[in-house]
Amino acid sequence: MIQIKQLTKQYGTGGNVTTALSGLNLSIDKGEIFGVIGHSGAGKSTLIRCINLLERPTSGEVWVGGVNLTRLGKTELQAQRRKIGMIFQHFNLLSSATVFDNIAYPLRLTKTPKAEIERKVKEMLSLVGLEAHSHKYPAQLSGGQKQRVGIARALASDPEVLLCDEATSALDPQTTDSILKLLLDINKRFNLTIVLITHEMHVIQSICDKVAVIHQGGIVEQGPVAEVFLKPQHEVTKEFIRQETDSGEALRLAIAGAASGPSRAVKITFLGTKTYESILSRIVHETGVNFAILQGTISTIKETPYGQLIVRFEGDEIATDETIKKLLEQGLDVEVIR
Amino acid sequence: MLGLDFSQVNWNEIGTASLDTLRMLGLSALFSFILGLPIGVILYMAARSTSGWVRFGYGILSFIVNILRSIPYIILIVAMIPITKSIVGVSYGVIGTIPPLVVGAAPFFARLVETALNEVDKGVIEAAQAMGSSTRHIIFRVLLPEARPGLLAAMTITIVTLVSYTAMSGQVGGGGLGNLAIQYGYYRYDTEIMIIAVIAMIVLVQLLQMAGDRLVRRFTRK
Ligand SMILES: Nc1ncnc2c1ncn2[C@@H]1O[C@H](COP(=O)(O)OP(=O)(O)O)[C@@H](O)[C@H]1O
Ligand SMILES: [Mg+2]
Repeated sequence: MIQIKQLTKQYGTGGNVTTALSGLNLSIDKGEIFGVIGHSGAGKSTLIRCINLLERPTSGEVWVGGVNLTRLGKTELQAQRRKIGMIFQHFNLLSSATVFDNIAYPLRLTKTPKAEIERKVKEMLSLVGLEAHSHKYPAQLSGGQKQRVGIARALASDPEVLLCDEATSALDPQTTDSILKLLLDINKRFNLTIVLITHEMHVIQSICDKVAVIHQGGIVEQGPVAEVFLKPQHEVTKEFIRQETDSGEALRLAIAGAASGPSRAVKITFLGTKTYESILSRIVHETGVNFAILQGTISTIKETPYGQLIVRFEGDEIATDETIKKLLEQGLDVEVIR
Repeated sequence: MLGLDFSQVNWNEIGTASLDTLRMLGLSALFSFILGLPIGVILYMAARSTSGWVRFGYGILSFIVNILRSIPYIILIVAMIPITKSIVGVSYGVIGTIPPLVVGAAPFFARLVETALNEVDKGVIEAAQAMGSSTRHIIFRVLLPEARPGLLAAMTITIVTLVSYTAMSGQVGGGGLGNLAIQYGYYRYDTEIMIIAVIAMIVLVQLLQMAGDRLVRRFTRK
């Protein structure tokens, strides 16, 4: 659906150039929720704004739905942009227009008949649950409601892609979750491709299918969320995950702490329904190894459950090897830490 | 009290002068807005253009606007007499005051329009661009509606400024309340008429300001 090829964006001229993106490549499939995570200043906003050419790339190509946007003239680009919805951190609603008129805005651009506008806006209002607020002005709404209007407005023109620039960063945790749920719902219902950028791993973990980690204007790691989240490779990714799972000093001490007999610390990762099965207890029962839990998480990635346990096996070498082998046979992921 | 006697006042004359002032105000405000609004929009758009040539044009337009604004109004009237004659045929009377009033007020109003447009949230304009708006859409459906309270305030300030301009225009044969005040009060020591004319102008300014403020409040949605 979206291909970004060798995208470079520099700001400024002469001796005062900031390179926000350098030779970035990215491919996003139809119907997926693709998250881009990175620290402040990594180039996230620049990247997402290059997808609808709000920012003109210095070089490189941006393809959306088989069209090379960087090659288009002004009016062609305007027409293509109508197929790409966008929502913003600060909502960017017309303060002088009612909720109804905000949502009707993209429809009026294309001279949609009045009755059709009426119908479509009503449909959008019920989609985002704001039927009762049609005649209010944005200033009379809460942040979450404003973002719902933003989403309704972005979807009114039946776009194929929705771009979300830090769409939940100005919202409290509960509101964030409700907006994320809405996005996931919309993604499923319309098979809409969603690109979202964020600096919060939580957002990626909640709804994204794939994630790319952006650092200093380039993608340093990408893949399905479970893969990247459970086995991060790049230091920046690990840092984001540490913030989320908060495994810090305590864990290091626990791993370093010596057991009385021979022991080994391992990280076991469960994914999907296996998370809730009694695999570990069954296996140690067979092999006669004891274990101590040093750290444990059970959570979900998008809607898939996962568990991650760091345990110390206590028993002889052979029995521990046997335990690990059996865990692997059960399709779990085991990583020996020490 | 102070030896003033209002019984001798010629109210007819005050009525005529008031009407003249209102006509000067109405016409000059109308043309100032018609001319100043597009100039303000052009200033705003040109300042943001990606083309160096357009920004150069902005520099020139901005310079002209500044020059017109820095010429003392009384000098503008005199300097414009030939131009005024060629535009409206005469350089006196209510009609003769309109061209200098407009040339005096339109650049002022244009600058206020530019300032009001600058206040419009950049994010909202971006959102409109992202939705595929053309420049026309952005001007008429985003910039002007979003800036409406600011534009109404700009109109109010301009029209109040025009009240004092009309008083000066009256000096060179335009008539109106300001002229009346000076003619009677300054040249003939007829203090009563001067006081009434001045009070009428104060009331006029108050009414205009109040009406303007009400409109601004009515359209403020923030
Ligand atoms: N309009 C701009 N002009 C100049 N530099 C900019 C502009 N926008 C972004 N930058 C710079 O580009 C880099 C990436 O910025 P941005 O894409 O906003 O990062 P993020 O959204 O990840 O915080 C930063 O160094 C920032 O200072
Ligand atoms: Mg940003």
